[in-house]
Amino acid sequence: MSVAIAGVASRRRGERDWLTTAVIALALLTVPLWLPWVGGYTALASHVLVMGLVAMALNFLLGFTGVMSFGHAAYFGLGAYGTGLTLRYVSDSTMLALLAGILLGGIAGTVLGALIARRRGVYFAMVTIAFGQIFYYIAYSWNDFTGGYDGLRGFSRQPLQIGPLVIDIQNNGTLFYYFVLTVFAVSVALMAFILASPFGRTLLAIRENQRRARFLGIPVDRHIWLSFSISCFFAGTAGALYALLNNFADPTALHYSLSGEIVIMVVMGGMRAFWGPLVGAAVFVVLQDYVSSMTVNWMSFIGLMFVAVVLFFPRGLLGILRRRREA
Amino acid sequence: MLQLVLFNVTNGLIIGAFYVLMALGVAMILNLSNVINFAHGNFLALGGYFAFTLLPYFGFWGALIAAPLIVAALGIIIERLFVRRVYNRDPVYSLLLTFGFSFIIQDVCRYIWGASGLPLTVPASLSQGLSRDLFFITGYRVFMMAVVLIAIVGLFAFLRYTRTGVRIRAGTLDLDTVAALGINVRLLRSLNFAVGIYLAGLAGVLASGQIGLNPNMGDDLLLPAFIAIIVGGVGSLTGTLLGGLLIGVASALTTVFFPSASEAVIYVIMALVLLVRPRGLFGEEGLLT
Repeated sequence: MSVAIAGVASRRRGERDWLTTAVIALALLTVPLWLPWVGGYTALASHVLVMGLVAMALNFLLGFTGVMSFGHAAYFGLGAYGTGLTLRYVSDSTMLALLAGILLGGIAGTVLGALIARRRGVYFAMVTIAFGQIFYYIAYSWNDFTGGYDGLRGFSRQPLQIGPLVIDIQNNGTLFYYFVLTVFAVSVALMAFILASPFGRTLLAIRENQRRARFLGIPVDRHIWLSFSISCFFAGTAGALYALLNNFADPTALHYSLSGEIVIMVVMGGMRAFWGPLVGAAVFVVLQDYVSSMTVNWMSFIGLMFVAVVLFFPRGLLGILRRRREA
Repeated sequence: MLQLVLFNVTNGLIIGAFYVLMALGVAMILNLSNVINFAHGNFLALGGYFAFTLLPYFGFWGALIAAPLIVAALGIIIERLFVRRVYNRDPVYSLLLTFGFSFIIQDVCRYIWGASGLPLTVPASLSQGLSRDLFFITGYRVFMMAVVLIAIVGLFAFLRYTRTGVRIRAGTLDLDTVAALGINVRLLRSLNFAVGIYLAGLAGVLASGQIGLNPNMGDDLLLPAFIAIIVGGVGSLTGTLLGGLLIGVASALTTVFFPSASEAVIYVIMALVLLVRPRGLFGEEGLLT
């Protein structure tokens, strides 16, 4: 059924996808205009975009390739540390630091992916969790270099310099939001482009029926590895933005608890919908922000949310909407 | 030097014993029901806390017997009400569900017993060192090892010689056939879940006597348990047993020579095993891979 949905998209459906994209783009572009009216603040919007990006990166793997990584926080956190360490020790160029973060997360994912990609199902999930924790322990115990348990401080994002033009993303939160949005938009466009390419179609084929894909001559293991690597590059990008947003990187950004939160964002928004993870991330981040300011027992709320999503909304928010429209 | 090595080998065996106890529980649930129980470490903590609460009324020995049973009963309730609903769905849902429970249980522990550490008093007869030179081998450590050993032997005997145990092993290989032969698979899974949780509860009581209680005491054991399973090979409990001991002793020996790498060495072992023998040391080809 899903093959039909993904493959033979009807014209009406195509139009609807464009409409969704347009609405989301408009909403994101005008955030500084409407956000204060609903009681939000710009840094929260940037946070939503960052988590939305890593959730969409994971969904590239989970929703569109059909393999379950439960260790994506590792590559997200590596992106954050790569950026933070570059700004602290190497250079004060924000763009260079961003690039370093992306490369660190992506390359680590590519190398470990070679070991992980041949596993399947729950076993795949377990291996990704276990490998992900390596970097947590490194960041945690290498005190002199990474700041250990307290996290990496002592760096801050620097104004962008493009020729004679200086964009002060350092102090101006709104400008920084648009910087995050730009990186987000480029990444998401790339993802959509890859998914629409023949390679992206073979990933869908692997998701739907691995055995059949193999019989059709698709090198399944290699494609899963590629998909894992691509996903890790985007996760690293999100992590790099995260470090720039907070001027801080800490080991919890690498911990498997965060991996679980990223998975719940994806599932809550809807695994099969392209924009689902962004919606899930928005709901999760805003709720977490709200609940943790209201009560010290926020962990129970988050836990109950996990349980509720699994039992009552397994298709996610966009999944429910889509189903209703199709019915 | 010899004393130092002995000290760390002893530590390694004890840590390894806990890895094994944790890993066997996780592995049993994984093998039969294809569920990774993320909350396993939190059930371990619950075991310790129940023992702490029961101790004033029933003494240490009563708590040691009762607390794991209560945790196992709680496990059955959670399995029946929640986990059962996701058995036949994409594995991502069972992961998220147990993940949610790990958050909830940890928070509830913190709410009821407080965030700071608590001690679990062990009987005076157990807490003395056995000799002056080997002061680190306390009676309690010997006692822990003995209990863990009994639990492991008991588990393997249960799986080998009882009807239910044989059914669990058969279900691990082919649950559909077991169901077709008229065995109540729902009950079997419940029971299997309870046995796994019981092991966690038992480990929790034993561990709190040594290191005390805190709400996230089980978290540090969860990942080593996963690694023990991966190293030993998914589907093989013997492999899990040896995998747990291997990484426990390896990490303790690394502590002697290169302390900062004691965490890292278990990941190195895992990477090597996955490179050389991807299905794990005792894993069967094609099972879950």
